[in-house]
Amino acid sequence: MAILDAKALRKSYDGREVVAGIDLTLRKGECYGLLGPNGAGKTTTLRMLLGLTAPDSGSIELLGHPVPQAAREGRIRVGVVPQMDNLDPDFTVSENLLVYGRYFGMKESEVAARLPGLLEFAALETRGDSRIQALSGGMKRRLVLARALVNDPELIFLDEPTTGLDPQARHLMWERLRLLLRQGKTILLTTHFMDEAERLADRLAILDHGRMLAEGTPPALIAEHIEPEVVEVYGEGVEAWFGEHAMALSARAEIHGETAFCYLQDAEPLVANLKGFAHLRFLHRRANLEDLFLKLTGRDMRE
Amino acid sequence: MIEALLAGRWIAVWRRNYLVWRKLAAASIAGNIIDPLFYLLGFGLGFSTMIPEVEGVKYIAFLAGGTICYTTMLAASFEALYSGFARMHVQRTWEGIMNAPVSLEDVVLAEWVWAASKSLLSGTAILLVAIALGLSQSWKMALIVPLAFLIGLSFAGMGLVMTAIAKSYDFFTYWFTLVLTPQMLLCGVFFPLSGLPGWVQAIASALPLTHAIAIGRPLFLGQWPQDGLVHAAVLAAWGIAGFAIALGLFRRRLLA
Repeated sequence: MAILDAKALRKSYDGREVVAGIDLTLRKGECYGLLGPNGAGKTTTLRMLLGLTAPDSGSIELLGHPVPQAAREGRIRVGVVPQMDNLDPDFTVSENLLVYGRYFGMKESEVAARLPGLLEFAALETRGDSRIQALSGGMKRRLVLARALVNDPELIFLDEPTTGLDPQARHLMWERLRLLLRQGKTILLTTHFMDEAERLADRLAILDHGRMLAEGTPPALIAEHIEPEVVEVYGEGVEAWFGEHAMALSARAEIHGETAFCYLQDAEPLVANLKGFAHLRFLHRRANLEDLFLKLTGRDMRE
Repeated sequence: MIEALLAGRWIAVWRRNYLVWRKLAAASIAGNIIDPLFYLLGFGLGFSTMIPEVEGVKYIAFLAGGTICYTTMLAASFEALYSGFARMHVQRTWEGIMNAPVSLEDVVLAEWVWAASKSLLSGTAILLVAIALGLSQSWKMALIVPLAFLIGLSFAGMGLVMTAIAKSYDFFTYWFTLVLTPQMLLCGVFFPLSGLPGWVQAIASALPLTHAIAIGRPLFLGQWPQDGLVHAAVLAAWGIAGFAIALGLFRRRLLA
């Protein structure tokens, strides 16, 4: 049985198609990433998968339950970390977990038994009686994650789990998510941080305008769509250099603002050429998800 | 509605609101008592010198029966509008709850019953104050406790309709100034309806607070209300219709 199986999902708002035919299958124990620029349809897709809005067409099965018809039954073994924190500001850390457990029909004693483990997982052992307002952004985020685990879910939805966190807090969050994967949980993650997807996702899909542009493992996707090496060149006079040398020495090259991006099978001739231009600075690196993402979704701003 | 009521998932949501209230109970009860107490003592004692008796009872006792009803009306309205909007929109509490296996209907049902529970709490508080002031000695006034709950259901049902279409808290001012305050003035809280022109009486007879007072005041004064069940049915009808319309509007707003 697939943990989650969605076929041909479509959803329009006021005649505008926000999700335009998405197929998605999650295998047990994997972390699946949904990547896309703002407005690509990520959050609408998540809401449909959880049964919080009905698709115009298509079918969804969540842990064996048809959605939205039996979405409530499906959600019994699902945990959700929403994009915006919605902790109860009137409650302490522990009360937030206890009250949330009741929504799953759990007995007070059951939740109480899980409480120390959840607090430890969230690195909030000493903060059980703290008020929510006294927590940092990272602590709140980890508490939302612990809250999503109160029912011991098989599948966890994470909607941009580290947006707005500082680097330390992000690393701690990633470590916790990897721990969950090692425990055999399945994760569906939306993000627009490429490093996050590259670190966590076993498979990912790139979404734009409600469509899936590509799907696969990160290395396979990069290998399929992007040359293996990238040289970024910037500095005074980069345009002149670009016009004269970049195209000739690269498989593909483009210039955006004051940076030239050169994609190549082998970067050595280009790097050798650049040694002759002391005023230009450059960064030679391996192709990554960001290159793939920008190639598929374009460089236009989305606001 | 009946199915969701029996399934009982709403109880976890009701208990969430109750737990918040319990943490702030002292301030909440004080607020519930002080405002009506000022009305009662200010108007009651002030007018008593001019109007010793109304319909055969002391004016302050007449006023107390009406004040209890309008206090419970306000308690449910504040809860369904301001607090409900905070939980739905500002704090996104409902969103969190609906990610668990709880439906929107369960959440709205819990809000409805909870707002009525606030009426019950606040009606009971002001009733105890009235007893302490020696304004009523009849055991019949104990029936005002369930009546307060019914009045709460009636006004919370309609109030949730406003919450479902509100963009911000400012919107609720209309509900208070155009709907609730006129009822306080027209439905017999401060003076008997019989003294008003016929057309005002006709309007008042359709308004829920009139029916609330038609039950509450006699009970407070130790009498059996006339057509008590009819008045109760009107209150219930307003409440159930409000709840049903509100649920439809919430679905359009939150599950689209």
